[in-house]
Formats: sequence, structure tokens, C-alpha cells
Amino acid sequence: MAAPPTPRTPTRTGRPVLEAHGIRKAFPGVLALDGVDLRLFPGEVHALMGENGAGKSTLIKVLTGVHPPDAGTVSVDGAPQRFAEPLEAQHAGISTVYQEVNLCPNLSVAENILIGREPRRLGLVHWSALHRRAARLITELELDLDVRLPLSAHSLAVQQLVAIVRAVDVRAKVLVLDEPTSSLDRDEVAQLFALVRRLRDRGVAILFVTHFLDQVFDLCDRVTVLRNGRLEGEHRIDELTPVTLVHRMVGGELRTLDELAETSHTGTAAPVPADTPFLSARGLARAGAVQPYDLDIHRGEVIGLAGLLGSGRTEAARLLFGADHADGGELRIDGERAVLRSPRAAIARKIAFCSENRKAEGLIGELTVRENIVMALQAARGWTKPLSRTRQDEIAARWTEVLDIRPADPEAQVRNLSGGNQQKVLLARWLLTDPRLLILDEPTRGIDIGAKTEIQKLVTRLAAEGTAVLFISAELEEVLRLSHRVGVLRDHRLVATLPNDTSLTPDRILGAIATGATS
Amino acid sequence: MSTALSSLTGPLQRFSARHATRLPLVVTATLLVAMFSIGSLRYEGFFSAQVLLNVLIDNGFLLVVAIGMTFVVLAGGIDLSVGSMVALSTMLTAWLVERNGVPLALAVPLVLLVGAGGGALMGWVIHAFEIQPFIVTLAGMFLARGLCYTISTESIPLTDPTATRIAQTRVLLPGGLFVSPAVVIALTVLALAFVVLHHTRFGRTVYALGGNESSARLMGLPVGRTKIAVYAVSGLCSALGGLLMTFYMLSGYALHAVGMELDAIAAAVIGGTLLTGGSGFVLGTALGVTVLGLIQTVVSFQGTLSSWWTRIVIGGLLFVFILLQRLFGGSRPAE
Amino acid sequence: MTPPDDTGSGGRPARTPGVRRLAEHRLFWPAAVLAALLLGNVALTHDFFAVRVQNGHLYGSLIDILQFGAPLVLVSLGMTLVIATRGIDLSVGSTVAIAGALACEHIATAKDPGSPPTVLSAVVVAVGVAAAIGLLNGFLVARLGVQPIVATLVLMVAGRGVAQLITDGQIISVSSGAYKMIGGGYWLTLPFAVLLAAALVAVTSLVTRRTALGMLIESVGGNPVASRLVGIRAAGLLVTVYVVSAVCAAVAGLMISSNVSSADGNNAGLWIELDAILAVVIGGTALTGGRFSLGGTVLGALVIQTLSTTIYTLGVPPETTLVFKALVVIVVCLVQSPAFRARLSRRRRPAAPGPAPATGDVAARRQEVHP
Repeated sequence: MAAPPTPRTPTRTGRPVLEAHGIRKAFPGVLALDGVDLRLFPGEVHALMGENGAGKSTLIKVLTGVHPPDAGTVSVDGAPQRFAEPLEAQHAGISTVYQEVNLCPNLSVAENILIGREPRRLGLVHWSALHRRAARLITELELDLDVRLPLSAHSLAVQQLVAIVRAVDVRAKVLVLDEPTSSLDRDEVAQLFALVRRLRDRGVAILFVTHFLDQVFDLCDRVTVLRNGRLEGEHRIDELTPVTLVHRMVGGELRTLDELAETSHTGTAAPVPADTPFLSARGLARAGAVQPYDLDIHRGEVIGLAGLLGSGRTEAARLLFGADHADGGELRIDGERAVLRSPRAAIARKIAFCSENRKAEGLIGELTVRENIVMALQAARGWTKPLSRTRQDEIAARWTEVLDIRPADPEAQVRNLSGGNQQKVLLARWLLTDPRLLILDEPTRGIDIGAKTEIQKLVTRLAAEGTAVLFISAELEEVLRLSHRVGVLRDHRLVATLPNDTSLTPDRILGAIATGATS
Repeated sequence: MSTALSSLTGPLQRFSARHATRLPLVVTATLLVAMFSIGSLRYEGFFSAQVLLNVLIDNGFLLVVAIGMTFVVLAGGIDLSVGSMVALSTMLTAWLVERNGVPLALAVPLVLLVGAGGGALMGWVIHAFEIQPFIVTLAGMFLARGLCYTISTESIPLTDPTATRIAQTRVLLPGGLFVSPAVVIALTVLALAFVVLHHTRFGRTVYALGGNESSARLMGLPVGRTKIAVYAVSGLCSALGGLLMTFYMLSGYALHAVGMELDAIAAAVIGGTLLTGGSGFVLGTALGVTVLGLIQTVVSFQGTLSSWWTRIVIGGLLFVFILLQRLFGGSRPAE
Repeated sequence: MTPPDDTGSGGRPARTPGVRRLAEHRLFWPAAVLAALLLGNVALTHDFFAVRVQNGHLYGSLIDILQFGAPLVLVSLGMTLVIATRGIDLSVGSTVAIAGALACEHIATAKDPGSPPTVLSAVVVAVGVAAAIGLLNGFLVARLGVQPIVATLVLMVAGRGVAQLITDGQIISVSSGAYKMIGGGYWLTLPFAVLLAAALVAVTSLVTRRTALGMLIESVGGNPVASRLVGIRAAGLLVTVYVVSAVCAAVAGLMISSNVSSADGNNAGLWIELDAILAVVIGGTALTGGRFSLGGTVLGALVIQTLSTTIYTLGVPPETTLVFKALVVIVVCLVQSPAFRARLSRRRRPAAPGPAPATGDVAARRQEVHP
């Protein structure tokens, strides 16, 4: 589709179709949103940006009626609304399309678009009318689909388009797109954007949540940036550059980072060792997750992976652990070609992986601290060679002390521990296996400052003892402080691997994150 | 291993993208024709329309029960209580009519009401308290069977003249063929179920629910109401099946229909309904019931084969169809 | 790094009283129900607790409960492990019937039905076939990814047919003293079945708790995703638990057929899968998998057996036990349902968070096997 004629962002003097004002929402222990405003005008695509924990998803949930706000107002067409459930928001004209396609794969495309509102005759579904109406909606939006085929016969991208068609047919005035492009490839994204632009031109207000900077500049008219649950500001996209946008998102941390940069920087830079790397990836890739990338990790080296949330950091790391299968490229460990079919295979080669998703992918919540700590070692030994209870108690007591896990009760259920202590349990689990490569995915997210410092110190010490570490973090400060080299990911692509010498500044990394350029 | 499996079935899946859900149906229909042909070749007197009709006469109640089960399975649930509910209905009918002198015309709606109400109650517990359907209907199974025994541990013969007259009625068809009224009722239920499942909003919601429950909820469909209704339909069908069985057996007995839940599930699966929900046809269930009935017929025609072969063959078929479902029915992971 | 090695002189650190209290809590409910049932029986029949010695054998209601409950304890034992992996095994009832049929058929056709070698080979055949059944179930679940309830349904349907095929539809009677021993004999004044069940429970406890099997099973059931990332081979574990379940069912089948000296392919072990599931749930192992409690399961099985006995004593038709079981299932499931508890606490909002019910805190569910 040709570049649309742009009545882009005229001065917004009209009445916003959706206006949120002073939204405040607290969860036990967390103030997720604090006085956030948002305005959406008809016929605009409005990006909602922010790093992890900025409050994007909470704000969307408030707007779509999943959570009621603690304070503040949501108005549609100037009339204040109070949604008790998503259906009410839908009736008020706010429809949402989620990252996961929330449709029924077993039903036809037509049914998925119209179920619940099927045309009926004598109380029975009027199939021909249903197919006609669905086909008309599809053609109106310039798509080409056989509406009688089951949804499951279509690609994920098409399913996402169908979800949008359904959402729009609910007479949506506001369409919320929550990371709809995360798992789509380039052509599919283009298809989706074409549809979004057509909807915009018809006067629908679109709130677009994404982690892809390019997409924001490609598609959106204005952007609202959140930071730590507060409103950073509302901007016109044409007044921003990628770099300034990233600065606004990451914001506050840059200041501390500037101070730290001087003190911490000099020690970490080291020449890349000349020996065979412990692990070497060449063109390693997985469709929909990460583009082919090259990476060498040497003994005693800390490689930082920087990039925005959703840039493919985790996906890249998972391939090195056999958690996902690479569908291209090759991996060498100690110079030998290795195919990691499962995490087990990676563990056998002394690779360890602490998932960013501690609850779902790391801990076995019902079990005790002791059991969670010995789990990886025990799994490697097999069930017939148990660690004796005495041995387990020793291990648990030792690591509880070394990492200062609190409460210092190895028999406590691990799900009752705080985030930082849970992270330490996971660390203990993997350190116990004496790994040669330790992959840490956001090990310090959501944990208190004390635990954070301890974990950072631990990483430094492990590297000094010869362990290779792949350290993934959204916080540039950490990455810069700890890493010898920094890999920068952007839109599922490893765009640069930069040595952490004195010339490497946060701005250079941010520049790489924002534009893909390394200088 | 799952990759090996999917690479193997990948092309097949693409090939059958459109008709994947109908494939088991075709297999079942082929099976049916094959069974009937082989039976006709091997056994004297097998090749007659009446043999097929007898299958329906002997299994009309199972058909009704299996139709109810199909609703539940399509919605992604399971109902283990149907067999006991059938027994309770036979018992309740016989007890009301014989022991309490309740007129049949009153007893029948009462029994149907009990069935539907019991089903709805189970559905409500499943929905409101988010307990697995398997365990709730298991409790229903115990309860219904136990209630039978509290009525009587003995068989209650039904001697009501109206009932016996109904039991002996033959609906004559052209060509000297005949069926029982139960068959007419069962086929009516089948037609109704077909219309409801394929041509009403409720029916389509049942499919949506089985396809993806959380999506259905986000799409604004009445998930709770549909879930409860589905179990109510199953309860109602069980009660009706029980009534048909009462007229077939002319007695109420707590040991009637032991294991019928398994036959009903087997019929649905063999008829092409996915046990994970969301895919299947109620007409397939009718084919499934016919297959089960034909197995019995073949076994009885053979004479040297004993009745337990029926169960073994049903089990074998179930195995084959579950494998088929794994290979062709998409790769939705088990929950 | 060199962590300090100062875990104290006592080796195992002492557990806090809080943990200990919770540990007792875990088995509290099944134990309390059992105790209440037993005491209720005393109220009905005053000599309920009396145990007499007669011909060097112990007799009494309690002994009866143990003896008749032994097969259920065994089936529940295997079922516990299966449920701990988030599975279910519906085929155990059929396995009970097949095992009894195989053994009786073997003995009845043997030249010397009474000789121990005949009985031993019968046992080996029955247990071996059961293991094959378990392998098939495990293969379907672990390798093909079929839902457990569906996978085991196949044998639940076909198994009884197979059992009748073995017995040729007859009830096979055997007169073999050695075989009678398994389910009806006495050893050291106690019923042999009770000793056998106790031994198998002890062995299972030891194997699951002294090796890492129990922990790995709980891990796979508790969080399959994390278990994969930690390097646990779930497939092998799943196959193992289904084999164990089938073997336990086979031994139970031998007991049942031995006790009545005959094999009934139709009725042996009928409904036992449901009783076993019930026993597991009463014992505090959640149907959603994870932590399991063999001790709780044994108590649960005894609760069910005592319930049956009580019904007999009351003179109510024994078949109505089903009604009581249904009520127990409903109550236990409601108590375990988070949604139900949420509703309950919403209704009496000002009340402090109530005492944890049977499933409340899983903290130290496994303590009972680690005295």
C-alpha cells in the first residue's frame, strides 16, 4: 500500500474519543499506576510505550474494564464510564486485540468474526447471511480470505487480522492493540499495518502497544510514554527521534548510570581472549523468535545482552540452552559442533539458565527451598542416585548462608519467599551444578537493591573464577558495570557486539537500541 | 519426538486442513460399510435392513445418552454420571408408577425434570467452583447410583398397562420393516440436537467453548450459562434414555446401564468427536452408536464369539481413534 | 567459592515448631475423619475396638477393616503417584480383574495347583502383564501426549473384556492353599494381605522418599515447564508411575481373587478406580498434581473402607455407601476449590483468614514419611 496521505496529527483541538485522567491503581505492595493521563482522538494511531514495570499493561486493563481504577476517570466521548467487566468496555466501544490470538481455532473465520452477534432467522443461525456479512467485512477492509475455512487453517498473522476484524465489527470507536506483532514476520506485520491504517482513516482511534521502535515511527501519530507507573509525557512522533524516545522511556536510570559509568567502567574492559571460545554460535536462529546471530563466549567472560523488552534477548538465550530448538545455524561448544535437543543436553555440557520468569519457568512453588536448590543437580544424577538427606541439608544450609537467602529456613515453601530470595534460590540451584556457562535472564528484575548488588557481585566473582556468563538485563547500568562485551538486540536481531571499553557509553548502547547503528 | 511426529503429519495436516474434522467421520462411515458388508458375506440373514433397524431398536437409549454426552464433550467437558442417571431414571419411573401410583403421564416429565435439574446442578458446581468436570460428575455418578439403591435394591418390574402397550408397539415401515417408538424418539432427538448444535447461537457457543474457553469468555460469550446448559442437556438426555430403557426392559433396576458412560464416550469418540472439545458432529455420534451396535450384532451372529469380545473390540477401536485424533486432530496440548 | 561448613554438629538442622505443627496439620483432616468414623462405630457396637485371638489369628472389626481395605490401599498407592504427576489412571479396575483372571487361570490349569512354584509363576505372569498395561498407558501419556484420562479410558473399556476372555466368561474357582495365602491367609497372627499391603506401602515410601523419585515426581506434577528447564526427563517418570500403578493394581487383584478363591472378570475390582481416586483426594493429594502424601492416601483408603463397614453395621443396604461417597467427594472437592474458599471468605468478610482446611497449607506434606 502506498504511503497514506497524511492528515497526520493535526492540532488536537477536537474532543478525544477516549480520555483517561489521573488514573491510579495499586496492587498489594505495588503502586502500578500513579496519576496517569491518556487521550485518544478519532483517526489516530497512538503508541503506548514504556519499559517493563512502567504500567502499560495495567493501564490497558483499566481502559478495557479488566481492573477498576482506584482513582481517576475514564471517559468515552466525554461521558465518564465505570466498567465492571470487559464486556461493558466493549459495549462502550472499546475493543481489544491481544498478543495471543483470543479466538476459537475450531470455528470458521466467519463465525469467529460474528459469533454472539450472528444474523438469525426464526431463531436459527442464518448461515448464508452470516457468510455474506463476514465476507463483506473482510472485503471492506481490503483483505482476501475464505470466511468458511476454519480459523486454524490460517497463519497466526491472518488470525490476528481476523481478531481485529471482529473487534472492529463490535462498532469499536477505540481499538486497543496489545503487542499484536510480537510473533509476526515482516510481511505479516506490513499486512497488519495496512489494516490498521485503513481503520485509522475511517476514524477509529487506535491505541498501539509494541516494543518495536521502528513500528512506532512507521505507524503512529502520537505516543504516550509511561515510566515507573507515572506519565512521562505525551508526544507527537514527528517531534521525536528513536534516541530521544528511548531516553524518555528509560529516563531516570540514565542519571544514576552516568555517575556509575565512570567508576565501574574501566575495570571491566578486557581484551577478548584468543583461545577457543567455550561457546560459539554462528547464524543461530529461530523463526519468529530471533534472526540469525553470531556470538562467542569465552571462559571467564561476561557478555551482556542489552535491548528493549521483546527485542529477542530471551529468545536468543533460550537457543543456547536447548530450551527452544534452533531452526538454523550451528553451535560449537569447546570447538565441537553441538546440537542441543533439550535443556538436559545443555546441562550435560555444563550450561545453566536462570529464566526471567521465575514463577512459571524456574521454581517449583510447592516444594521447599532445599528441594528447589538441589533439583538441577539431582535431575542430572537421575533418580536412582539420590543426594542423601544429610547432603541436601548441608547444601541447602550452605547456599542459604552464602547467598543470604531469607528466611534462612531450607524447609520453607519457596513460593512464600520474596522475589529476590527466590532469585537467589534459582542461582544456588545452578551454581551447585558448577556450570561453565551461566545464562542469567533478568536476574535482578523486581528484587530489592540489596539483593541486586549481591547478585551483581556474584557475577563478577564467578567470572573471575573462570565461569562464562551471559547476562541479560534491561538495565544498562548493570550491563555496563558487569560485562566485558555487550550484545545489543533490536527487533529480534543482534545488531552489534561492542567491547566494553571506555568509549562504550550508555548513549552508544541506546543509539544502537534505537537505530541499530553502532557509532 | 513431538517434532518427529509433527514433521510426519505436517503435509497430511495441510492436505486435510479443511476437512480434518470430517476425516474421522469418513473413517467411521467406511468402517460401518465394511462391517456390514463383511457381516453380510459371512452370515446368513445378516444382509437385511431389519438387522440395521434392530441395531437401532436395541441401542436407541444409548443413542440418546450419547447425544447428550456429545454436547458435553464438544464443550470440552466430560460427564461420567450418565450411566447412573439412566439407572436412576428407570428406577424412579418404575417406583413412581408402580409403588406410588403416579400416572405415567406425570412420572415422565418428573423424571425428565430430575435429570435436567441434576445435570444443571453439576454444571453449576463445575462452573462456579472451577472444579474439574471429571470429579464432579464422578460424584454425580456415585450419588445417582446410590439413590437407586435407597429406592430399592431389587428390580422393580413395570406392569403399568400403558407402559407395556408402548413397549410392545411397533412402528411399521414400508417393506415389512419395523422399529420401536424408542427409535423414533431417538432419531427425533438426533435431529433436534443437530439443529441445536449447528444452527443455534447456543450450539455455536458450545463449539466455541470447546475450542478455547478463555477466548470464548473474552469474546463476550455467555460461558457460564452455556456450561451449565450443556450439563443440563446431558442430564436430560440421560433421563430420556432412562425412560426409553424402562420401556425396553419394562423394569427399573439399580444395575441397569452399568458402564454406559463408557459406551457413550466411545460412541462419541468413534463418531469423530475430539475429547479435547470443540470438534465433532452429533451425526457422527449416531454412526458411532451404530458401529457399537453392529459389533454386538456381528458377535451374536458369529455365535462362537463371546459377548466380551464386544468390549475388547470397542476398546481397540477407541485406541485407534484416539491415535487418529492425536495425529490429525491438531496438536493442542493436553491440559 | 568456599562456603563455610558449619551446618552444626547435629547434621540435620532442627525444624521449627511452626513447621512441625503444619506437618501434623497435613494429615490432620484424614486422620480426624478416620478417628471420628471409628469412634462413631464404637457408639454403635461397643466391642468395635475389641481384638480377639482365635487359633493364633487376630480377629475383630479393626482387623477386618485392614484386611478388606488392603486391596484399596494398594490401588490408591499407585494412583497417588499417578495423580502427583497431574495424571489419572482409570484402568486400574480392569487391571485388578485381569490380574486375578490370569493368576486363577494359570493355577486352575496347572498340574499342581497347591504348589508354591505354581503360585509364584502365576503371580509373576499377572504382575508382568500388568506392567505391560502400565507401559502402554505410560507410552500414550508420555510419548504421544494423550490426556491421561483418555489414554487410560481405552483399557478401562477393553480391560474387562480381556479379563473375561481369559476366564472364558466363567468364574474360575481355584483351590490352592498357597494362593489362598495372599488374600485370605494369616502370618504372624495377622492377615497376610495386611502385611503385604503394609510392606508395599513401606517399599513405595522408601523408594520415593529415599531416592529422588518422589521429589522428581512432585516437580513434574508441580511445574512441568520448570521441570523441563531443570533437566528432568519427565517421560521416563511418567511411564514409571503408570507401571507402578498397574503393578499395584495387579497385586490388589491377586488379593481380591485369592480371598474369594476365584476370579470374576466382570465384578472384580469394579469401581475400585473411583474409590482409589477418592482415597487419594481425601488423603490430601490434589488432583492438580505436585505434592503427594502416601500416608494420607493410606488414611484415605481406610476412611473409605471404614465407611463401608459402618454402613454394614448400621444395617443400611450396603449399596447406599455410594451416596455417602458422593457426599464425601463433593465436600472434599469444595474444600479444595480455591473458588469456593474465595466465595466463603467473601461471605464473611470481616472474619480473619480461616484455619487452613485439608489442603490449606502444603508446607510440609511429606514430613510423615520422614520421621
